[in-house]
Amino acid sequence: MITLDFLAVLHDWPLLAQGVATTVALTVVSATLGISLGIACAWARVNTSGVLRVIVGSYVELIRNTPFIVQLFFIFFGLPSIGIKLTPEGASVLAMVINMGAYAAEIVRAGLEATPRGQIEAGQSLALRPLEIFVHIVLPPALARVWPAISGQVVIVMLGSAVCGQIATHELSYFANLIQSRNFRAFEAYIIATLLYLGLAFILRALLGAAGRRWLRVS
Amino acid sequence: MNRRIALSLALYASLCVPLAAQAQTALEDVMAKKTITIAIPTDFPPYGFVGTHLKPQGLDIDMANYIGSKLGVKVELLPVTTANRIPYLQTKRAHLVISTLGKNPERLKVIDFTSAYSPFFQGVYGGKSIAVKSFGDLKGKTIGVTRGAIEDMELTKLVPEGTNVRRFEDNAATISAFVSGQVQLLATGASVAGNMMQRNPRLDAEFKLLIKDSPNFIGVGKGEDGLRLKVNEIIAAGRVAGDLDRMAQKWLGRPAGDLPQ
Repeated sequence: MITLDFLAVLHDWPLLAQGVATTVALTVVSATLGISLGIACAWARVNTSGVLRVIVGSYVELIRNTPFIVQLFFIFFGLPSIGIKLTPEGASVLAMVINMGAYAAEIVRAGLEATPRGQIEAGQSLALRPLEIFVHIVLPPALARVWPAISGQVVIVMLGSAVCGQIATHELSYFANLIQSRNFRAFEAYIIATLLYLGLAFILRALLGAAGRRWLRVS
Repeated sequence: MNRRIALSLALYASLCVPLAAQAQTALEDVMAKKTITIAIPTDFPPYGFVGTHLKPQGLDIDMANYIGSKLGVKVELLPVTTANRIPYLQTKRAHLVISTLGKNPERLKVIDFTSAYSPFFQGVYGGKSIAVKSFGDLKGKTIGVTRGAIEDMELTKLVPEGTNVRRFEDNAATISAFVSGQVQLLATGASVAGNMMQRNPRLDAEFKLLIKDSPNFIGVGKGEDGLRLKVNEIIAAGRVAGDLDRMAQKWLGRPAGDLPQ
């Protein structure tokens, strides 16, 4: 019979709270920057040709076809050899932005490509410049179309931040690991971490859904 | 008498005779054969490992050869593992075990120990350019350690407020963080640090602070006082002559220091 002692883990609640705060901060920063990067890349893949298109395409394929933890280790352990040293938090944000950007690019591209030709032509007949057409006419409905997929990807990136603890980023799973290595209450520590992640994911989904309805008129 | 029992008894006797002959006293046996058999590790750098020439090398091997040369006999090295090093001594297949053996009451029941010959410890390591003389100097510095290891527990008690302790998942990640310059200092076991320093001479890393000590002893068969006292003499003389310090410096990057008797 297993006896569970949750108090032994909850005793360290300041560490867990710090972990949740870091996980949320990492997610907010990397989702915001990552979605922006994704929109820019999606624009480049749809509207440009030549070198830029090849560069963006290579970036998207490279990131989408390699594991996140390898990208993270490359940035944290690999880049110092060419003189780029980042803190664990800096390396985590960079890895998450790069990762989110690549996935968001493909999601947003699908939204952009579904734009009816007539809408763009309508913009052109109003003498709008290409950038204005993209920002005001094409992008908002495109984002609205793919918003559920974007929200899902943000949640995946948030959950993926759990591996950032491997490079000593002080996020939630780092502290769960630390607590269980001190009091050997592994089962309890991971149950609590699981519940916290679950709660965070539900809240994040609800907030993203509300934001979509409010600003993008997602039905 | 049953024939089979007689046969197995004869077989048993024939197996026992050579062992019994060696059992008289280990020291006499060594001197008579002009050869000493010493159990050494081959899976524990830098104490004992197989080098690029496929020959065992390391601090324990150096120590084994040192004792052999002081006794004036040939050394026969016998690779053993952590689990079987004491049985080798109990069954008298080895005269000595020099294999990063720590002394504790359980082991004292079955074998005897000489004086300590080399340090085993967890320490803080860092480049020569970084000034660290005491744990107080760690304030404001970043130090990498493997989460949940002995050194993590001990270090956490010793570091001052404001030290940036970064905990990694395993020794490999901790070492990578130090080698790539992501942490300024490294807290780890002597063997891991010794191996790291040998492979990365360009880092110019050195021993800085002691976290915890647990020295190594040489194991001898229970009651083999002749050999034990002889080896103790060699160790005592080696300490005075600085030979033990030289060996520790060569493989561990710090002198042997004060070792218990």
